[in-house]
Amino acid sequence: MSAPTKQRPTTDERAATGVATLEAEGIHILREVAGEFDRPALLFSGGKDSTVLVHLAVRAFAPLPPPFTLVHVDTGHNFPEVLRFRDELVERYNLKLHVAEVQDWIDRGKVQERPDGLRNPLQTVPLLDTITEQRYDAVIGGGRRDEERSRAKERVFSVRDAFGRWDPRRQRVELWNLYNGMHKPGEHVRVFPISNWTELDVWRYVAERDIELPSLYFAHQREVYQRDGMWLTPGQWGGPDDDGELVEKTVRYRTVGDGSCTGAVESDAATVEDIIEEIKASRLTERGASRADDRISEAAMEDRKREGYF
Amino acid sequence: MTTDLLRLVTAGSVDDGKSTLVGRLLYDTKSVLSDQLDAVLRSSAERGLDNPDLSLLVDGLRAEREQGITIDVAYRYFATARRTFVLADTPGHVQYLRNTVTGASTADHAVLLTDARKGVLPQTRRHLAVMAMLGVPGITLAVNKLDLVDFDRGTFESTRDEFVAHAVSLGYREEQVTAIPLSALAGDNVVTESEHTPWYDGPTLLEHLETVVPDPRGSDVGFRMPVQYVLRDGTTDYRAYAGQVVAGEVAPGDHVVVLPDGTTTTVVEVGTPDGPVDRAHEGEPVTLVLADEIDITRGDLIAAADRRPRVAEEFDATVCWLAEEPLRPGARVLLRHGTHTTDCRVTGLSTRFDEQELAVLDGPEELALNEIGKVRLHVADPLPVDDYRDCIATGAFLLIEPGDGNTLAAGLLGDSLSVMAHGARDD
Repeated sequence: MSAPTKQRPTTDERAATGVATLEAEGIHILREVAGEFDRPALLFSGGKDSTVLVHLAVRAFAPLPPPFTLVHVDTGHNFPEVLRFRDELVERYNLKLHVAEVQDWIDRGKVQERPDGLRNPLQTVPLLDTITEQRYDAVIGGGRRDEERSRAKERVFSVRDAFGRWDPRRQRVELWNLYNGMHKPGEHVRVFPISNWTELDVWRYVAERDIELPSLYFAHQREVYQRDGMWLTPGQWGGPDDDGELVEKTVRYRTVGDGSCTGAVESDAATVEDIIEEIKASRLTERGASRADDRISEAAMEDRKREGYF
Repeated sequence: MTTDLLRLVTAGSVDDGKSTLVGRLLYDTKSVLSDQLDAVLRSSAERGLDNPDLSLLVDGLRAEREQGITIDVAYRYFATARRTFVLADTPGHVQYLRNTVTGASTADHAVLLTDARKGVLPQTRRHLAVMAMLGVPGITLAVNKLDLVDFDRGTFESTRDEFVAHAVSLGYREEQVTAIPLSALAGDNVVTESEHTPWYDGPTLLEHLETVVPDPRGSDVGFRMPVQYVLRDGTTDYRAYAGQVVAGEVAPGDHVVVLPDGTTTTVVEVGTPDGPVDRAHEGEPVTLVLADEIDITRGDLIAAADRRPRVAEEFDATVCWLAEEPLRPGARVLLRHGTHTTDCRVTGLSTRFDEQELAVLDGPEELALNEIGKVRLHVADPLPVDDYRDCIATGAFLLIEPGDGNTLAAGLLGDSLSVMAHGARDD
């Protein structure tokens, strides 16, 4: 490896963007996972957070490929743009991908469709079954502590019991940057390398590294209908109710999860720079603006995390 | 690494208004968005409160909201035009001191709260002692609830003087310690300057946190890099050692030693995620290519050949015991240091820090939950160690329960306890 010494941003230039320290922390954590565990996997949804994770992993192990399998739990309600993006990314970086289709679990009778049609909560069982079947001992995710107040309590290395459950009262202390990955057989560890990043940090990093994201994140024309104050895209998961109507809007997505419960926001932000300005001015959190399933109860996220959800 | 990111830890006693202060900081820096505020307004109304309870912004768990207390450390993020903050919000209850230790282990600056009516409490001193032991480089005392003593100047100044004297006796320099008179509930001197304290000409809490320059934490020891992962390519003969520069700097041509083995070699290439570089500094992730084929694995330490750490199988350390079951001499545990985990036996327990008397006692029989003491440790594999005061990354360790893998103790190599003992003498 005798590549020429490249020109790189100075330390001060990188610090000025506010993400240099966070990137170093994320790379440190990913290398710890690779060193401590036998079968680590990286949970990949095609969204901005997990895409940033993939880029961190590529950078952490360059010039070799990252030693993680990508795992995607596909609810069957994914946006086609996201699936296309996923497959292109996997090919570009020569990564391994394992897809768990929620539909398979429904067909086998292991999970049932919900009356409200939401499939996001149905991801937990396929995820836990996949972890068991594939014998993953660490699962890396793009969760951030700024997303939701029960996530603010999450450790970087978080042990899950043999049932995949999170018990916030029995969390290990986490000191310095000494991450304790010890676990008993059957247990696994969830790892969150971008815990300390905010939504704005993610976009600043996307700008700094020129990271490609699904087109859904940028303003575009789309037929949408309104439900519970959110703009939803019609799809195989359903369209507008009898009293609803389809309208054409200029929108973008702040999160790209399951299509049945992820709402678009009205926006003209067509570039990463526009989006950074929009987020700085926004008075809504990304989950508050675009996730129906967090509204189920005051502790919806905590309850799902206890069951084993990310 | 230069950074405009400041890591904060907050600590205080029960009911001194800490959650309200944190809620106020988030609210007044516009870090609370309207959907979060709506949720707080809704919950406050359901609980029959007339005013929004800002502590609901930070108490994130069901049990915390039900009991109205903070159980676990939580991390908050807020930013101003000048700086980005990561705030570790830690509980005040004595039984959760371990979470204060957790938050303080990575903090650049601590905000300790006290109730103006109560002054400096044993809990305040205990938290200050923990900050001193862990080497948190700056302390701000927020003298809260000043509205309840009619913004009395004398009350503030006597509390400040007592606190500063105590901090200095624990080893702080006066310029590392600041006290600010404020009311979190009403917002006086938190983000906005108060009309009620004309006698105070210092900064508001936020102004101070935006401008304080923390002393760099330790690491005047020369180059150190724990090996995290070996990058090896079977098809080419590429072989490099991935890790983070935790102290000093490294450049091609540098003479290094691989520990604990002691083999020396030369750095051929310093790789970074942006490609090879002329020099890498503390905090940067690197991949080192070395001149000689040496057997190096995860857990080894690469260090400057002319400034090596000592390699030891037996050493003294200060531990803060974090488990329910007490520590007794003879215990067999695991010790995690850098990237290395090894078997460890606790061969002695010489002193214990007494929380009530703030004194160091000789010859304790055990260390109970949250107690701090000086131990002698014997490890199975020799470890390359520095004193915690000189380098956190090579001076800190964890003790781990071999059965369930739980973390039992925070450990600091060298005699950090003597700092606290010195403080106790001045009481």
